Amino acid sequence: MSANGAVVVANELTRRYGEGEAAVDALRGVSLAVQPGELVAVMGPSGSGKSTLMHLLAALDKPTTGTVTIAGQDVGSLSDSDVTKLRRRNIGFVFQFFNLLPMLTAEENIKLPLSIAGEKPEHEFFEGLIDRVGLQDRLHHRPSELSGGQQQRVAIARALVSRPTVVFADEPTGNLDSQTGGEILQLLRSSAEELGQTMVMVTHDAQAATIANRVLFLADGRIVEELPRSAAPDILAAMARVSA
Amino acid sequence: MIKVALAGLFGRKLRTALTAFAIVLGVAMVSGTLVLTGSIDNAFNFIFTSVRQGSDAVVTGKAAVKVSDGQGSFAPTVPESLLDQVRGLSSVTQAEGSVDGTATLIDRKGKAIVLGGAPNLGFSIAEGESPFNPLTLVSGDWPQDGQVVIDHSTANRKHYKVGDQIGVQAEGAVQQFMVSGIVKFGSAASLGGATLAGFDVPTAQRLFQKKGRFDEIAIAKKPGVQEADLLKQVREVLPATAQVRTGEAQAQEDQKDTDQFISFLRDFLLAFGGIALFVGSFVIANSLSITIAQRTRELATMRTLGASRRQVLTSIVVEALVMGVLASVTGLFLGLGLAKLLFRLFDAVGFTLPNSGIIFSASAVIISLVAGIVVTLLASLRPAIRATRVPPIAAVREGAVLPEGRFARFRFPAAIVMTALGFGALAYGLFVPHLGTKQVLLWMGLGTLLVFFGVAILSVRTVGPFAASLARPLRWLLTGAWLGFLFLTPLGWLYQLYYRLRYHEWPTYIDRTAAAALARDNARRNPQRTASTAAALMIGLALVTLVAVLAAGITSSFRGAVEKIWQDADYAITAQNNFSPIPPSAADAVAKSPDVEAVGNVRTGNAAAYGKTFFATAVNPPASTMFNLDWTLGSPQTIATLGDDGAFVDKDYAKSHKLAEGSPIALTFANGVRKQFKLEGIFDPPTGGSPFGRVTISQAAWDANNANPQNLYSFVRMKGGQTDANRAELEKILSGFPNSKVATRQEFVDNQISGLNSVLNVLYVLLALSVIVSLFGIVNTLVLTVFERTREIGMMRAIGMTRRQVRRMIRHESVITAAIGGILGIALGIVLGGLLVARVDFIVFTVPVFSLIVFAIMTVVVGLLAAIFPARRAARLNVLEALQYE
Repeated sequence: MSANGAVVVANELTRRYGEGEAAVDALRGVSLAVQPGELVAVMGPSGSGKSTLMHLLAALDKPTTGTVTIAGQDVGSLSDSDVTKLRRRNIGFVFQFFNLLPMLTAEENIKLPLSIAGEKPEHEFFEGLIDRVGLQDRLHHRPSELSGGQQQRVAIARALVSRPTVVFADEPTGNLDSQTGGEILQLLRSSAEELGQTMVMVTHDAQAATIANRVLFLADGRIVEELPRSAAPDILAAMARVSA
Repeated sequence: MIKVALAGLFGRKLRTALTAFAIVLGVAMVSGTLVLTGSIDNAFNFIFTSVRQGSDAVVTGKAAVKVSDGQGSFAPTVPESLLDQVRGLSSVTQAEGSVDGTATLIDRKGKAIVLGGAPNLGFSIAEGESPFNPLTLVSGDWPQDGQVVIDHSTANRKHYKVGDQIGVQAEGAVQQFMVSGIVKFGSAASLGGATLAGFDVPTAQRLFQKKGRFDEIAIAKKPGVQEADLLKQVREVLPATAQVRTGEAQAQEDQKDTDQFISFLRDFLLAFGGIALFVGSFVIANSLSITIAQRTRELATMRTLGASRRQVLTSIVVEALVMGVLASVTGLFLGLGLAKLLFRLFDAVGFTLPNSGIIFSASAVIISLVAGIVVTLLASLRPAIRATRVPPIAAVREGAVLPEGRFARFRFPAAIVMTALGFGALAYGLFVPHLGTKQVLLWMGLGTLLVFFGVAILSVRTVGPFAASLARPLRWLLTGAWLGFLFLTPLGWLYQLYYRLRYHEWPTYIDRTAAAALARDNARRNPQRTASTAAALMIGLALVTLVAVLAAGITSSFRGAVEKIWQDADYAITAQNNFSPIPPSAADAVAKSPDVEAVGNVRTGNAAAYGKTFFATAVNPPASTMFNLDWTLGSPQTIATLGDDGAFVDKDYAKSHKLAEGSPIALTFANGVRKQFKLEGIFDPPTGGSPFGRVTISQAAWDANNANPQNLYSFVRMKGGQTDANRAELEKILSGFPNSKVATRQEFVDNQISGLNSVLNVLYVLLALSVIVSLFGIVNTLVLTVFERTREIGMMRAIGMTRRQVRRMIRHESVITAAIGGILGIALGIVLGGLLVARVDFIVFTVPVFSLIVFAIMTVVVGLLAAIFPARRAARLNVLEALQYE
């Protein structure tokens, strides 16, 4: 853990794509710290660099300059196999398009991170998790037999099953209708609160950001505004300000 | 992770099956070959050991030079008197002498009973129930003077029974015998197509012209006598030209030629299994690459969930392993069926093999499985390594592309080097003198392999230009073929009528849609994929073309040579099968006819000089007027004046042994006589080959040292030349010698070439296997491509593309891919064939235009066939579902 106890720390991140004339600066110096148990939402208009930020925070991509520390480990200094271990132990993912493996059942998909790591789930925790996501009678279905909402529930259970240090959620409601999206958001929020699960969520949906303890607003590769837990209208207002 | 791999494999059954099939055929060929040769080996083993079962020792003549079956030379015989001496030995209870030779059975119509290349065995039977006789009577009695026993399969096939008359031709003209009995050999073993004719000893000696002689003496020892003691005792009474072996050793000796033949057959067939596996490995590698590209997001997701590169690698390799095991097991059993089919195939091309049941040995199982699994694993390595390069970020990015490996930029230079090295290895194997046959084959194999790999990689660069330039001509070709079908064939008329009635309009005749252009662009958009798919077909076609180029070279050179050499003769007399040596009695009978001016004989057989056994030939004086050769020493007259000790050789032989006029050549004959000859002539053979052996002497000198001389062929000059009457006269004389036939120059050439053609057909059938494998490669690629483009095809259907147009699009892409493979393969085949032809002196380079056109058409047909299934799948896509996400 870093000195102030944060589990995810970004320090002066920049990310430049391409070279020379055609170079694009997606991030121009972003620093942030996520405290344990926090649910942080990152918002911003298209092209603001929010996806890039998440890729860097989640060790999917390397910053041009600056450092990312996850669970006390400087990601930039890790080898590929160390990053792999970091992902196993410390990182969970929830994707916009669910990214379930089509040939595995819901249960197998949920347990996949553990079986990749060569571990077995704790029975009680696993049962609790299944109750929480409400998939008791869907465990033996394949993704193609599940609705979008159910698929995302499977994905959330998969992200939580290894009790990672932090879960990154990339537009988790982006591919769902608003009612199902709402249910998913409730699930994320209750998981964060009841399990004390740290989460970082990237979204452009103001409704989604309402579940966050803290909302960061990005524009042109910089954090330009920050709100504590807020209602949708406030978030929309902030969005309007940063987009202007 | 392994579970994930397996779930993935079984979740994509169709794709897995299609991919695995590429290996199934190769493994089937390997296992089929091993089963086939194992079974033949077993059958022969059984036959040869049965023959010697009752013999503790066997006395045979000792050949001074190596003599092979059916090539004109024989081991010397032993005198009849030796039998009494052997019988008098204290350790011997029983001994019998026998003679054997070729005895062709002649049916009621005067036709020789010959089945394929199988031998016509004739032999003496001293005493029916002796322990030395492996035959048992089915009906009738053992033969007396003027009688014959024949095998029951021949009797059944030709409806002979005891008491019937049957013709027999051995050394002389046909004679009629009464069938005294029908016999069978041991238990149920089939002797292949071999016919049996057994006679009593004096009759056999007369037929085979071995009066007072035996080929063998079979011996049974007294109880309690040691084999070694028996051999020792027998050896004491043997003349220098005879030898004695135990029954077992003799059985092995008998089997030597056959063993050689079987191991040649095995290696030959395995080579084609290997080629099919090699092509299969391309298909596997390509299919896996495509599947991996399609699973990029899946793999990336696994990486985000904490899967290491090694785990990704393992999952792909495990997938390949399981696929390899499944395919190999399937192939193994398919091979059993294939073995049966091969028995039939050999039967059909006139090469009946003995069969005593299918043998499925452990080594056949192990070799087939290991070959299939190892090839699959090797093929999976590159795709698996590529899969490890899938970055986790691809899980969240649409259309992420695989990053190139560190060595990607060396790919093309490496491929060029590889191709160059391949040609280097080929050239080394072909043109460096004094390499053994094995080394030559090894270098050539290695070189060809490298060239194939190199060109396969380089071919990526050709996809763009080829697709661009081929699309239009192929479209016109297909349109032309379609119109031809519709208007020129009754089936086409029916189709038009059907279409008219069903849809109330005439079918589209010329499709001016964008389907062909789309197909062209589709073929070009992933050149790597198109190139790899085409490469598999390229290999098959290159080899087919290579074979065709060689065959065309041999044929045209041979034709040219015969046309040049054959001079002032009207007919040739050869064996029915065009190549076996035949007894000279046929030619001698012809020579007696008043209408015949001259008969020139070419005798053949084994002889040795300078420590090497080779084919020698001998000629009689009339032959001097019939051969037109370029003499560097001597003249055509030399042939007539060889006398008792003259010899002539070809230029190469003279050069390699530094022979000049008058040089001595010491020839050793099969009977052990060593005789000095004097060089009197050297000729320069034409490109198509020499009509003679390495050393040629006079017929008189040859006959003095070979007990049963054989003619390779004879040439006949007749009064009045080639006339119907003359031909009828010759055929009348030769009707007494049904194993010989008469041919004009044209027929002679055609006959010789027809033998080559059956070999050629076998090669084509065997190579077709690898073409089929590559056809499945195309099917596979197209199925995967259609799957990948589901949304795109759905979109095009949504904006008005008809199902027919979708099918056309897929079909065109398939044909373009096949055509690229075809063009590269044919070009490569011509180059490889050219190299080989350049090495072999007696072949001139000839491009077999007709065959190449056939191959090109075949290529297009392969493309059309491969497209049927994928095109149907694409056309059937539900537009709505196809457009939905995921």
